[in-house]
Amino acid sequence: MTGLLAVVSAPDLLYARQQMALSLGWHIVIACTGMAFPFLVMYAEWKGQRTGDPVYTALARQWSKVLAVLFAIGAVSGTILSFEFGILWPRWMAAYGDVMGLPFAIEGFAFFTEAIFVGIYLYGWDRLPPKVHLWSGVPIGIAGVASAFFVVAANGFMNTPTGFRLVNGHVVDVHPWAALFNTSLWPEATHMILAAFIVTGYLVAMPHALALLRGNRERYRRIGFLIPFVVASAVVPLQIVAGDWAARHVAVHQPVKLAAMEGLERTERGAPIHIGGVFIDGRVRFGIKIPDGLSFLAFHRTNAVVTGLESVSPADRPPVNVVRTAFQVMVAIGTAMLGLGLWLLLAWRRQRDLPRSRWFYRAALVAGPAAVVALEAGWITTEVGRQPWIVYGVMRTRDAVSTASGLRFGYFLLLVVYAALTAAAVFVLRRLPRADVPHDDVPHDDVPYDGVRSDA
Amino acid sequence: MRLAPTVAVVMFVGVTLYALLAGADFGGGFWDLIAGGDERGAAPRDLIEHSVGPVWEANHVWLIFVLVVMWTGFPRAFAPIMSTLAVPLTLAAIGIILRGSGFAFRKASITLPTRRAFGAMFAASSVLTPFFLGSVVGGVASGRVPAVGTGSLLHSWLNPTSVLGGVLAVVVCAFLAAVYLAADAHHQGDEALTAYFRARAIASGVVAGVVAAVGIVVLHSDSRRLFAHLTGRAFPVLVASAVAGIATLMLLLRGRYSVARITAAAAVVSVVWGWAAGQYPYLIDGRLTISQAAGAHATLQALLGAVAAGIVVIGPALVWLLLLARRGDLQPSPTD
Ligand code: HDD
Ligand code: HEM
Ligand code: HEM
Repeated sequence: MTGLLAVVSAPDLLYARQQMALSLGWHIVIACTGMAFPFLVMYAEWKGQRTGDPVYTALARQWSKVLAVLFAIGAVSGTILSFEFGILWPRWMAAYGDVMGLPFAIEGFAFFTEAIFVGIYLYGWDRLPPKVHLWSGVPIGIAGVASAFFVVAANGFMNTPTGFRLVNGHVVDVHPWAALFNTSLWPEATHMILAAFIVTGYLVAMPHALALLRGNRERYRRIGFLIPFVVASAVVPLQIVAGDWAARHVAVHQPVKLAAMEGLERTERGAPIHIGGVFIDGRVRFGIKIPDGLSFLAFHRTNAVVTGLESVSPADRPPVNVVRTAFQVMVAIGTAMLGLGLWLLLAWRRQRDLPRSRWFYRAALVAGPAAVVALEAGWITTEVGRQPWIVYGVMRTRDAVSTASGLRFGYFLLLVVYAALTAAAVFVLRRLPRADVPHDDVPHDDVPYDGVRSDA
Repeated sequence: MRLAPTVAVVMFVGVTLYALLAGADFGGGFWDLIAGGDERGAAPRDLIEHSVGPVWEANHVWLIFVLVVMWTGFPRAFAPIMSTLAVPLTLAAIGIILRGSGFAFRKASITLPTRRAFGAMFAASSVLTPFFLGSVVGGVASGRVPAVGTGSLLHSWLNPTSVLGGVLAVVVCAFLAAVYLAADAHHQGDEALTAYFRARAIASGVVAGVVAAVGIVVLHSDSRRLFAHLTGRAFPVLVASAVAGIATLMLLLRGRYSVARITAAAAVVSVVWGWAAGQYPYLIDGRLTISQAAGAHATLQALLGAVAAGIVVIGPALVWLLLLARRGDLQPSPTD
């Protein structure tokens, strides 16, 4: 916290940043479901239509009710962000709005597509022909992924700005397409979109994991668990590869951010990596040290030179412990998730069935919130790691913030609103009336799960 | 080519569509708010829920469209407008949160107390949001936003023109919604509901006319420049608006609902374009012109290209949605 405070100069800069972080951090969770959930729903509906199995159809219907609620709050939380760009960061918008605005304009059309087909899909269950209904869902997911791609393009611009020149502090020679296709776009967008499938998969699997843990073995529960869980687990290994790509990209293009992620004070050849620990007085203490580890991970050569924090003046460094802890948390969670997927895979190969151990379901329950934590940690790494810059190397966050007084009141107000919104959303989703599960839904087999009393 | 004015026209088309489409959704919330107790208000509330449900998200996106076109095309106007009018914009944003989520939460709830609570949230915020957005327009139209930097956080929206803008927005939304809902009820053959909304459409139409007339007086003392142009070059547009408004009332009295929809929309369109014509060539009245606020040439080009491509992609889909909604194909089965 002191690290954060140190960077703050304008009286309300800290509040503006907190408000941005709060509303982005809230939006991104719902946005993830907006990208990945439509595909899960569509898959269940498609299976239901193809096999005539009513369990799939019941799942698709139930999930689409959840989707309806999530879409509404996703749309409104995104709108706030667009307001905040101007309310909180007018000087950034005035200087760079036309450089980085294009992806948002294109994203607007992705939103249209999404909202239009959401209306058709959610309200068309009973009146549209089944095939038409199924297909009307497809554009939702595609548009969701597209909007992530474009908004991350804008964020990529903030990380690796291109497509303009600065002459005497003035932005000239603007090439909006070059700004859109900045070099951060590909690794960031890939990593983000994959994250959406992990977060959504594990979150959607949660209620079913809970039911299975309690000994409920209806096919509705098994299938409801398996579809999202398998998708999420299959994406995890890809995500680790994408994360490695993102890290190597950061190493080249934002060396100070990488140094903060790893707590590397001095520029070194054969730099070590530390697992755990804290960054105190220019080095990592209490961590496990792996010699040459960082050089190898960042450049795939053990003797590569890695730039340290010392390469820039202290005022231009991000708060190291915030960034580093966030990064370590993300990597730890990603690695642990790999184990969860392997567990399912091994059980399936051995017994053609879900694992029997209750610990598996407990772990699956934790995976939902853990995925959200990894998501937020990743964004903290990216955003706090960019500090003190709002546009890396070009514009400082404190030069971007609004000069209006009293920004803090807006923050307090939104804090209350978001708390209430979260509580209400959880309340509503937990009480959602369950779709009719077919009466002939029988337990999958007679083998009891280990230690599970069939008290349900 | 004169790119900046073209982009400004595109932006105002967005404003117009937002006013027409989302305005009616907000108006639906207004009528929901004053529909009375659970029993008495059940029928109108049902109609409102069914007509707002499938379309409000798509209609809402027009606001996003306006914002992104503004910050990409006119970044130097976006910055002072948004930061100066931070207070009403924050309140409108909160209204937008409560409206959208209240509506969705109500639909997803089954017990009466929760439906009631979320319904009240939806309805109350449907009135507050257009009020604050209208007051933002008032601040811009009366030139209370500086060309650069941040102006007064309070006077920019606590002024006669802003109050006028806010009240007019609420009334116009209610009027539009009542006309559309009367037409919907008529289409479904529900005599009682048709009469219910017809009476409200006429009443709100009359109120809107009165507010507009008072508004001219307010502008005369509070926004001289805008007043001069509204009574000057923009006068024909204003007259058109009045004619369309009166025609709507006549058509409603004669039970010609589908035509009344069109004239009501025309009345609102001409109010928006009257404002635009009154301000031209300024984006912030008297302070910042369209060309001064415009972003880089290459960006304006790319923006127009993106918009053209976007319209080709979403146009047919949007028409399909609105057609399905009007045909009644987007309604849950009675068991749902
Ligand atoms: C489910 C979520 C999730 C998981 C399991 C991981 N990540 Fe991640 N990570 C994100 C979700 C995320 C993200 C979506 O939150 C970020 C923020 C910005 C971005 O593009 O993706 C991110 C950013 C991000 C960045 C910063 C990129 C930048 O600033 O440009 C790096 C270097 C990594 N990640 C690396 C990894 C590695 C090596 C992982 C291996 C285990 C990993 N991530 C797992
Ligand atoms: C949705 C996922 C995102 C999350 C969770 C997130 C998180 C954060 C956090 C934690 C901060 C505060 C950093 C600090 O001040 O130390 C921040 C700042 C900010 N972010 Fe993001 N961010 C996200 C995506 C984006 C995107 C896509 C953009 C723009 C295109 C963006 C624009 C900003 C801006 C303008 C700030 C304030 C200035 C700054 O601190 O640099 N963010 N964000
Ligand atoms: C990396 C960060 C982000 C990602 C991946 C993302 C993705 C998405 C997705 C998938 C949706 C639709 C989902 C839904 O409605 O549930 C959405 C909605 C929205 N997002 Fe984001 N977003 C991000 C950050 C932002 C930022 C920074 C802004 C604004 C400046 C923004 C503005 C919006 C808006 C306005 C909507 C609502 C669209 C509608 O009305 O339907 N988003 N976002």
